[in-house]
Amino acid sequence: MTALLDPTDSTPTAPVRTIGTHLPTTDPTVRPVPRASLGGLPLESHFLTWGARLAALAMAWVITQRLLPWHGLGWLVVVFALCNVVLLAVGTAIFDTDVAVSDRVAQWAVSSAAAFVYVALGSVIVYVLHKGWPALHHANFFTHDMSGVSAKDPLTRGGITHAIAGSAVQLGIASAISLPLGIGTAVFMNEVGGPFAKIVRTVVEAMTALPDILAGLFIYTVWIIAFGLPKSGLAAALAISVMMLPIIARTSDVVLRVVPGTLREASLALGASRWATVWNVVLPTARSGLATALILAIARGVGETAPVLITSGNSPYLHLNPGSGVMSSLPLFIFDGARSGEELQIQRAFGAAAVLLILVVALFATARYLARPSSAKPSLLRRLRRSLSSIPSGSLRTLRRTATARRTPSVTAEEAS
Amino acid sequence: MTTLPLSDPASGAQPPATPRRISRRPTGGDAVFAHAFRVIGASVLAVTGGIGVFLAYQSVPTLRHYGLSFFTEHQWDIGHDVLGIAAVLSGTVLIALVALAIAFPLAVATAIYITEYAPSGIRSTLVAATDLMAAIPSVVYGLWGVFLIQPHAAYFSLFVQRTFQPLLVHGTARTIVILLLVVGVVAGLGMRFGMRIKGRLLWIPFGIAAAAALALLPLLTVVGADPNAAVPDMTRYTASAFIAGLVVAMMVMPMACSVIRQVFSQTPEGEKEGALALGATKWGMVRTVVLPFGQGGVIGGTMLALGRALGETMAVVMIVSPDFVIKGRIFEIGSQSVASLIASQFAEAQGIQVSALLTAGFVLFVLTLIVNTLAAIVVSRSRSGADTA
Repeated sequence: MTALLDPTDSTPTAPVRTIGTHLPTTDPTVRPVPRASLGGLPLESHFLTWGARLAALAMAWVITQRLLPWHGLGWLVVVFALCNVVLLAVGTAIFDTDVAVSDRVAQWAVSSAAAFVYVALGSVIVYVLHKGWPALHHANFFTHDMSGVSAKDPLTRGGITHAIAGSAVQLGIASAISLPLGIGTAVFMNEVGGPFAKIVRTVVEAMTALPDILAGLFIYTVWIIAFGLPKSGLAAALAISVMMLPIIARTSDVVLRVVPGTLREASLALGASRWATVWNVVLPTARSGLATALILAIARGVGETAPVLITSGNSPYLHLNPGSGVMSSLPLFIFDGARSGEELQIQRAFGAAAVLLILVVALFATARYLARPSSAKPSLLRRLRRSLSSIPSGSLRTLRRTATARRTPSVTAEEAS
Repeated sequence: MTTLPLSDPASGAQPPATPRRISRRPTGGDAVFAHAFRVIGASVLAVTGGIGVFLAYQSVPTLRHYGLSFFTEHQWDIGHDVLGIAAVLSGTVLIALVALAIAFPLAVATAIYITEYAPSGIRSTLVAATDLMAAIPSVVYGLWGVFLIQPHAAYFSLFVQRTFQPLLVHGTARTIVILLLVVGVVAGLGMRFGMRIKGRLLWIPFGIAAAAALALLPLLTVVGADPNAAVPDMTRYTASAFIAGLVVAMMVMPMACSVIRQVFSQTPEGEKEGALALGATKWGMVRTVVLPFGQGGVIGGTMLALGRALGETMAVVMIVSPDFVIKGRIFEIGSQSVASLIASQFAEAQGIQVSALLTAGFVLFVLTLIVNTLAAIVVSRSRSGADTA
């Protein structure tokens, strides 16, 4: 029995084994092997990564600030990056193979290229917002136009109302033209089909990459040379719609393609005509995708400069009639301001560019929000509605609805479904 | 209990049922629907076809007036009525190539980073940021390029010229190097296609040609100014094709990147895991599985970017100072592209000059159409791109 109680004895004698349960024995002289972690790098790899970074930073500082006449942050970053990769390569080569060295160097190259790209993107946004701020924080920048304001007037005078209004008018017309045409083309490519649709699809795809200036030239030759009409906001809107059309058509095409075929078949099997199927089943199913298509096209159209430059001119006045007279727009205002060489005009151009940039980012974020995959979580709108329905006015409405429902029960049945 | 369907005794002996003829031709309202939408599709086709047709039609008077020398003349001299697009065409290609040389490695590396290296938490954010980069208007990039990048890029140009000046080949040596380049290329092509030689032997002529090209490369960095002067003339280093190409690269990079990323992300997981299971490092897996799989997408995406770079207007207008000379000196002030020529000259152009500009536009149209169509074919023919388009 003593053998059983002694945990160090790992060889119990035969009579003891007749007793049912016994504790597992451990051997204190054998140290357990640490389990290999699959999730992370070994410690020495982390040490090498951070050690190389710190050493490279120090080396870069010594080289650029003390040894060579390469002052400035740019050189520091470049030399740091180069020192970093050299140290990484040497450090890996000390305790690992060539394969590991090339893996390290490749990871460094790929990551630093990506970092470069995103830093460049960040620099565009930050720089434009920073330079635009002096103009942006005056309220008159949004409420005045540039009529009667000379280029040397301070930023407290004049603004970009005319440019914003011009952009809005042009984009409104362009959307009104290109939305039905674009979605119609997408419906044609998906619902009608045939060999002709294939040609149209190829051409639309080629059109997506059309240089923007050619859209302007096209409207110029048709509208101004062939029809003899003057340069106007309408011509600019037409040029923008030529640019927006393929974007809407192509994005809607992709969206309509993922509408389940069973929905169409169900509708057709119930006896609906093809048009009724498209109008009541296909398009409503793809609604958010179509909205995304429109928003992406607007985001593209709002920044189109070259076509507007050719088909309309810049003017300092608020001008809302698209039919006659040149009409300014945001990109044109930016372009003219940047070319003027006047310090204050350049600041105004940066202010307008900041507005344009914010607009594009906002449109883009909306498009991403609409196009996100639907999740099990109820949408923000539905959650808001639910929380609103708990407050008195909501309950009042519910009460009223119930009262109406009592009076006309047949309608309620339909509503409930 | 099952029963067989009984024939209706009242109808008597019926002819055996024949299948109804099935027609896919729409009738009634469906026909109206199909035809109406066919008209819409045709109108879109007409708009695109119209661009080519109208521009081609407008270039008839140009060719009648200037003849074929319009394509070989490099000056754009309105005063003497000497107009030609040789210089602008070469400038367009040069700026596009500079842009591509910068954008291509960045696009491929960013695509690899997003698909393979980025932590999965930030992946969708990075994709959104890249798409946003493509959506930023070109005029905003132009502002950024002119006011933020240009001063730094000018100093970089000065540095490059100073560094590469000792490597320049002059006089007879230059002639010999150019001869070597030509001989190497001709001999290589002759061996490959004339004598049908494959393999290692081909390295000799092409190696000579590559070495000669490398020796000629510093010629690109010449600027008509002394880089070692006490106060270098910085105005000679601004408004160059290099700076325009740098900004255009920012615009075309996201486009190429999104095509390449989509193709890379379709690499079969099994093949990737197979490579890793055989002991490949991550880079080994990327090099042997992802890159070969996405080859078509890389080429196609790059060509799409090239098409876009050829037609980029505003950044070039805002940065370069017009110069109608055929030159390869990318760091020197002055260049011009077709699109920027049109944008900058159109306001003052009259009569035949408008036609000339429209002809230049037509040439640009044909050029971009060829490049984009080739890109689309390459992407759709490749193994990976078959179902991305």
